[in-house]
Amino acid sequence: MSALATEHAANGIKERLLDPQSTLFQAIAVVVVGVVLALLFDWARVWPTEWVVPIKVWISDTFTWLDKQATLGLFTVKQLTRTIAWFLKQPLLWSEYLLWKGARPHQLLPIMWIAFATLAGLIAYRLRGPRIATIVVAAMLGIVILDSAPIIMGSIAKALRVQPLMAPEAIIGISQWPADLLKAMMTKSKVRYVPWVAIVLGFGILGHWVGGWRLALTTVLCMGYLAVTGLWRESMKTFSLVVVAVPFSALLGLWLGVWVTRSKRAAKIITPIFDLMQATPHLAYLVPVVVMFGAGQVPALIATVIFAMPPMARCTILAIQTVPSDITESGRMSGCTPRQLLWKVQLPASQRTLLLGLNQVIMQTLAMVVICSLVGAQGLGHKLLFSLQQLKLGFATMQGAAIVLMAIVLDRITQAYANRASDYSHLEPKSFLQRHAHALLFFAMLAITIIASFYFRDVSMLSKKNLLVNSKDALELDKVIKAYTFAMIDFIRPIRDFITVYILIPIRDFYHLIPWTVTGGVLAVLSYRMGGWALTALTSALMLFVILFVGNWQFAITTFYFVSTALVICVLIGVPLGIWAARSDRVAKVVMSGCDILQTFPSFIYLLPAIMLFRVGELAIITAIVPYATVPAIRYTYLGLKRIPAVTLEAAVANGCTPWQKLWKVELPVAVPEIMLGVNQTIMMGLAMTAITALIGGQDLGQEIYRALPTSDAGRGVMAGLGIASLGIIFDRLIGAWADQRKKELGID
Amino acid sequence: MTDDVQISCRNIWKVFGADPKGFMSKHNGAPSPEAFQEEGYIGAVRDVSFDVHAGEILIIMGLSGSGKSTVIRCITRLNDPTTGSIMFEGSDLLAANDQEMIEIRRHKMGMVFQNFGLLPHRDVLSNVAFPLEVQGIDLATRLARAQEMVDLVGLGGRESYFPRELSGGQQQRVGIARSLAVEPDVWFLDEPFSALDPLIRTEMQDEFIRLQRMLKKTIVFITHDFEEATKLADRIGIMKDGRMVQLSTPEEMVLHPADDYVAEFARNAPRDRIVSVGAVMEKPNGKARSTRNAISATSKIGEVAEQVLTAAKPVPVVGADGKLAGQLSRERITQALFGSEEL
Repeated sequence: MSALATEHAANGIKERLLDPQSTLFQAIAVVVVGVVLALLFDWARVWPTEWVVPIKVWISDTFTWLDKQATLGLFTVKQLTRTIAWFLKQPLLWSEYLLWKGARPHQLLPIMWIAFATLAGLIAYRLRGPRIATIVVAAMLGIVILDSAPIIMGSIAKALRVQPLMAPEAIIGISQWPADLLKAMMTKSKVRYVPWVAIVLGFGILGHWVGGWRLALTTVLCMGYLAVTGLWRESMKTFSLVVVAVPFSALLGLWLGVWVTRSKRAAKIITPIFDLMQATPHLAYLVPVVVMFGAGQVPALIATVIFAMPPMARCTILAIQTVPSDITESGRMSGCTPRQLLWKVQLPASQRTLLLGLNQVIMQTLAMVVICSLVGAQGLGHKLLFSLQQLKLGFATMQGAAIVLMAIVLDRITQAYANRASDYSHLEPKSFLQRHAHALLFFAMLAITIIASFYFRDVSMLSKKNLLVNSKDALELDKVIKAYTFAMIDFIRPIRDFITVYILIPIRDFYHLIPWTVTGGVLAVLSYRMGGWALTALTSALMLFVILFVGNWQFAITTFYFVSTALVICVLIGVPLGIWAARSDRVAKVVMSGCDILQTFPSFIYLLPAIMLFRVGELAIITAIVPYATVPAIRYTYLGLKRIPAVTLEAAVANGCTPWQKLWKVELPVAVPEIMLGVNQTIMMGLAMTAITALIGGQDLGQEIYRALPTSDAGRGVMAGLGIASLGIIFDRLIGAWADQRKKELGID
Repeated sequence: MTDDVQISCRNIWKVFGADPKGFMSKHNGAPSPEAFQEEGYIGAVRDVSFDVHAGEILIIMGLSGSGKSTVIRCITRLNDPTTGSIMFEGSDLLAANDQEMIEIRRHKMGMVFQNFGLLPHRDVLSNVAFPLEVQGIDLATRLARAQEMVDLVGLGGRESYFPRELSGGQQQRVGIARSLAVEPDVWFLDEPFSALDPLIRTEMQDEFIRLQRMLKKTIVFITHDFEEATKLADRIGIMKDGRMVQLSTPEEMVLHPADDYVAEFARNAPRDRIVSVGAVMEKPNGKARSTRNAISATSKIGEVAEQVLTAAKPVPVVGADGKLAGQLSRERITQALFGSEEL
C-alpha cells in the first residue's frame, strides 16, 4: 500500500520534472541558470559596488543643497523649514508649559491671544455670522503670527531689499509690549505646570467616565507608577509630544482618507504611497527629518506625525466605504449636499471605526515618540536609550515599564471610549449635576489640587525623598538583574553560542552564498505562479531596485535572514497558539488579552528582554523580533479558524472525522488564506523590528539607517529604508496574491 | 387614477461595466443579450418605459436581480441611467445638475429603504427631523414637524430612543416618518417591508394603506412579494432580467398574463380578492331580465362567491348605472376562483 503510494508520488514528481509548465521544472531551471551564470561571471554572484547607481549620493547632495542653498525666491528653503518648525513648536511649547515645564507669565501670552481670538470669533459669529467671524479670527491670529514669527518677516524684508526701519520683531509689536510689560512686572512669578496628582486623578475620572471603576483603578495605578518612581517629568515630556502629535496625525489622516474616497485620481496616487509608508520602518523616517530640521523635539514631532498618519487615513477610507448603502442613500435622498453627507451621515455613522483609527494613531505615536529619542527627543525613550547603552538594566526595566504602562492607559481609554461613543442608547432625563458629574468632579479636583500644590510641593511633583521607588532602588534592581544574569550566564552562554554558531550563522552564510541571480529567478517564478506577469514585473522591479539603487544586496540578505528565521519561530509558536485558542474559549480569553497587551507595547520595549537574556548579537536580535511579530500569527490563525462556517465543521464531524482529521483536512486548509495574511503581517512587523534591532548589532539595512543618523547622511538612510520597504512589499504582494487565489478556489470572499 | 402623468420614463437602460456609454452607442442603443455576455457587461435595466400617474400606487415587482431596485434608483438618480429619458413633473430629470437634484430630493421626493437606512447615532426624533435639518430649517420648527410625523406613524413616546433599541417594524415606521417629513410629491418605497417578520409585515401593510388613504401620495413601490403587490397596487409592473415584462392592473395580470413568467406569479395570487365580477361575467342570456338579488360588476368575486355558489341559477350582474350587465354562474365563478388556465 505504502510502496504503491511512494511509487505514485515518484511518478508524479517525475512527470512534473519533465513538464515545462510545472513550478518545479521552472524553479530548477532558474536555479541551474543562476548557478551557471554565477560560476561564469563574477557580477552574477555579487553585484559589483561600482555598478551601483550612486543615487544615495545624489539624494544626500540634494538634501545638502536644499538645506544650504536652495531658495524659493523670497526666502530660502532653510528659512522655510525653520518657519515650519517655529509654527510646530508653539503648540508643543504650550503642552510642555502645561505638563511639566511651567511658564513665566509672559510666555503664556500667545495662548491668551488665541483664547482672546476665539472669544472674539464667537462674539462675531453670534452677531454677524460665520464670515465675519472667520475674518476676525484670521486677523487676530494673523497679527500674532506675523508678530511672533520674525524669521518670515525678516527674510521677506531682506528679499525685498527693504531695510527694515525697526527690528523685524517690532514691525507690529502688538503682542510684544504686553509681554514686555508682564516680564517687567512679574519677573519672579511662575505659572506652575499641572500637578501630578491632578493628572493622575484626571485620568482616573476619565477612565471612570469611559469605562467604569475597573478602568479608573487601572489608569490611576498605571499613571501613579510614573509618579512614585520619579519618572513623572520624563513621562510628561513624552506625553507632551504625544498630545501635540496626535491631533495633527488624526486630522491629516482624516483629511487624506476623505480625499481618497472622493477622488479616483487621489486614490491612485495616495494608496501606493500609503503602502510604501506602511512597509517603511520607523527608523527610516528619522533620517530626512533630521537633515531638514535638525535634532530635538520638533523634528521628533514631524517624524511622528508623518509616521502615525497612515493608519488614520486607512481607517477613514474603511469607515466611509463600509457605511451601509441604505444609510448613504437615505442621506442623499434626504437632500444632503456632499459635505452634509460626509459630516452628518458617513463619518458619524462609522464613528467606531474612526475612533479605533484614532486609537491606532495614539499607539503608533507613542511608539514613534519613544524611538525619536534617537534624534534627541526628550522623555522616557531618551532615558531608556541611555540606560540600555550603559547596560543599566534596572533603570531600563523601570523606564520600560513606565512606557508600557503609559501605552496601556492610552490604549484602554481610547478603546473604551470607542465602545462607549458607539453605544447608542436613550437616557432617562437627568439633572444638570448628574449629566456633568464627571466634568464637575474634574474641575473641583483640579482646583483643589492646584491650591494644595501651593502649600505642599509634593502635590506638584514628588520630591526625591518621598518617592516610593527611587534611584537607589533602581540600583538595587540593577544589581539583582546583574547578579541574575551572571548566575544565568554560564547556563545561557553555551546555549546562545551553540545556537548562534551551529544554527544561525550557517543559515546566514548559506543565504549569502546564493548568487542574486538565483534568488531573482526563484522570486520571478514564484511571482508568475501566484500573480502572473504583472506581479512578476513588480517584484522583479523591486528586487532590481534593491540591487541597482540601494546597492547593499548583502545587507538586504541579512535583513531577509533575520526576518525569515524569526518568521519560522513566530509561525511555530503563533499558529499552534491560535489553534489552541480557537479550541477553547477560556484559552482564547487569556491568549487574546495577551496579544492585546503585547500589541500595545511600543516596539522599542522589545529590545529590553532580548538584551537581558543575550546581550547583543544575532540571537538577541531574533529574540527581540519574535514576541513583537508573533501576535498577528496568533490572531489571524484564531480568527481564520473561528470564521469557518459551523456547517462545514458539522459536515466534517458527520462524515466521521476524528478531531485531528477535522483540523488537518478541514479547518486548516479552509483557514489557510487568513493565516497567510497573519504571516504577512508578521513579516511586516518583523521588518520594522529588524530595523530597530540595529541598536544591538546586526549588519543589515537597519544598521545602515542607524549609521546614517548621526552623520545626517540622508541618501544612505533613505535608500536603506526604501530597501526594507521593497522587501516588505515583495512579501506583501506575493502572499496577498497567493491568499487571493486560494480564497477564490475555496469560494470565500 | 387620473391621467395626470407625474413621472414618465422612456427607454431606460442601466448598464454596468468598463465603458457603459461606449458599449451602448456601439450597439446603436439596443445591445442584444448575446452582446452583453460576450463583452462582459451587465444590463441591470434594459429598455424600460412606463408612466407614473399622480395619486396612484405603482408597484414594480420582480425577483432579486431583476433590476427593480436599479429602476427606482434611476428615477431618484441615486444611480444615473446609462441612456433613456426621465420626465419628472414635466421637466427633464436627467438634465438637473447636482444642486437642482438636491433641491428636488429636499422637497419633492421621499424614500423608504429595505434596511431602513436610519442614522445609528441619532435618536428617533432627530432621525425624522434630519431631512429638514439639512435644508436649514430652524430647530423648533423641524422638531415640531418631526414630532407630528412620529405621532402619525404611532411612535409617540419613543422619540428619544436610538434605532438599535427599536424592533424592525418600529425602525421602518421611523423610516416612513422621515420620508414623509418633507411632504414629498412622490413617495418611493424600496422593499419597505421585506426585512420584517410576516406578522409585522401585514401590520405594516395595513398601516401603509391607512397612511395612503390620508395622504394620497403618488407612490412607486418595489417588492418581490406578489401577494403584497396585489394587496396594495393600483398597477403592477413585473420585471425580469432588466426588462419590464408586463405593466397592468392586478386583475389584468391574473386574467391575462403576458407570458409564462407572469402566469407563474399569478398562479398563487389570491384571485378572490383581485378579480372583479365584471371581468368574468357572461353575457346575460335572453330569458332572465330580472335584477332581483343582483350583484355589482365592480365587487370582487370573493365577496359574492357564497351568494353565487349557493344560488340555483346564474346570478344577475348590474353595472354602475344599475342596469343589467350580465350574469355569473356557479361554473363560471368556480373556474375564476380556482382555475389556473386563462379565462
